[in-house]
Amino acid sequence: MKKAGKISITLLFFISLLSFSAPLISPYDPNKIDLDSIKEPPSLQHIFGTDNKGRDIFSRILYGGKISISVAIVAAFLSMGIGLIVGLCSGYFGGKIDTCIMAIVDLILSFPAFLLAIGITVVLPPGIYTVMMAIAAVGWTSFARLIRGHILTIKETTFVEAAKALGCSRIRILFVHLMPQCVPLLLVMTGLKLGSYILTEASLSFLGLGAQPPTATWGSMVSANRAYISTAPWMILFPGLMIAITALCFNALGDALRDRYDLKIKW
Amino acid sequence: MKIYLIKKLFLLIPLLIGVTSLTFVLTKSLPGDPVLNMVGERAQPEVIDKIRKELGSDRNIFIQYVGYIKLLTKGEFGRSYYTNRNVFDDLLLKLPNTLKLALGAMLIAIPLGLLFGFVCAYKRGTITDGLISSLSVTGLSIPVFWSGLLIMLFLSLRLKLLPPSGTGDIRFLILPSITLALPAIATLTRVTRTTLVEIFGSPFVTAVRAKGITELRINFFHVFKNGLIPLITVIGLDFGSYLNGAVLTETIFGWDGIGRFTMEGIIKRDYPVIMGCIIVGTIIFVFVNLFVDILYHYFDPRIRLYEKSR
Repeated sequence: MKKAGKISITLLFFISLLSFSAPLISPYDPNKIDLDSIKEPPSLQHIFGTDNKGRDIFSRILYGGKISISVAIVAAFLSMGIGLIVGLCSGYFGGKIDTCIMAIVDLILSFPAFLLAIGITVVLPPGIYTVMMAIAAVGWTSFARLIRGHILTIKETTFVEAAKALGCSRIRILFVHLMPQCVPLLLVMTGLKLGSYILTEASLSFLGLGAQPPTATWGSMVSANRAYISTAPWMILFPGLMIAITALCFNALGDALRDRYDLKIKW
Repeated sequence: MKIYLIKKLFLLIPLLIGVTSLTFVLTKSLPGDPVLNMVGERAQPEVIDKIRKELGSDRNIFIQYVGYIKLLTKGEFGRSYYTNRNVFDDLLLKLPNTLKLALGAMLIAIPLGLLFGFVCAYKRGTITDGLISSLSVTGLSIPVFWSGLLIMLFLSLRLKLLPPSGTGDIRFLILPSITLALPAIATLTRVTRTTLVEIFGSPFVTAVRAKGITELRINFFHVFKNGLIPLITVIGLDFGSYLNGAVLTETIFGWDGIGRFTMEGIIKRDYPVIMGCIIVGTIIFVFVNLFVDILYHYFDPRIRLYEKSR
């Protein structure tokens, strides 16, 4: 694997470890309001400073990271799962099933993705589950397309023919023989998509459509503090930096995986 | 070509029905009651009923949808629950602003993206390539709302070069355009590089090189020219990302376009506004894609010949 991939995976591990052990290591309660120390610049007591209610930004970033990262990962697994099953069926069975599924995929892809995600988050009660669903509702289509295309190219190969000759059922061929062939593709695609899911989650939170206050997420921290941009820039600098670093690591990891498996996936 | 065009236009019908019913269902199942928002919690039940009748929101949902489609075909998108203004008129008023923003972003993104991608492909494997490639991945990973705020902080609030927010002449347009262009530059750089490197492997490049033409000339006149055709598609499809990004960028910079209009609609639960914005956004998106498709057909003789031979 490329060096960039190794660095990214180390950083991601480090960020996740810190985020998921937030209750153990965070120096302050993330939602505790301390009006004696509002808008303090970064110092030894508060390494990333405090916000307009005196809450410690470092602690809020730790807790927020847990939400942002888990939303992206769950959304990726949902998209991957739905996309895999749908893509397998569409590619293997063909005919009317394929036509129907691809029509739905085309319909969803003909929407500007972020507008659709906004639409969904507006309808469902706000919260992290809604964000996961909104991301997955759009996200599965690219997985389905990728898997369908791959199945179409491999379903006529000799090993499938051999399995058929041995009397394997269609379901068995599909899940035991064809599905494992898709694993590298899924791995690379998930890596590539996770970065954009982090960004989508952050954007939805920024618009107030994600986890509701006082719960911190990286996106909502930038949004809530943007009024203080000229007086206390650290309040938006650090949460945004975390979004960028995490998304960058996922993107670099996806790239490295793609080169490792020598796949041609465009995104 | 004509048959292809007709086929494509015909495909738009189910798409538009799908889009309108989807937006209709989406906005109808929104939480929060707009009638209660209009009259306040303590209004008389009779008053609420009367307003419901006036708005037609007491009828069967299917009838409401049919009525909506009828109105849509007349260009009537309903009235905003708050300002009581025609949504379509407001959209027409705000559309030029969003288009200006998108155009501004494209003017920045296309030359820079093509240039960086070309440099990467020409110097592939070198440090320059590595540096620009890493920068482009970084550009893709930075959230628009954050880069927008930082650009506003440094160029406007600190250096006082340009106004931080508002709608107006070109001075107000520059910062949001730059913000919107950043991820587009990154995407275009990436795709340009991949496309050009791929073309480099094709036999005609070897043939041209055998003729003794200089490397720079090969790169520019032969490889780049051939790469432009697929790149047109990418540039066109990127227009969709401008629509996505416009919601965030316009909200941050107070630019009075469709993106900010959408956001205001969402905050106020103004159904006709949200529905109108999503429909117009989608229609623009779909038609730009169609236009790009046609352009692609027009420019690439291989596709035209293929169509003819069938």
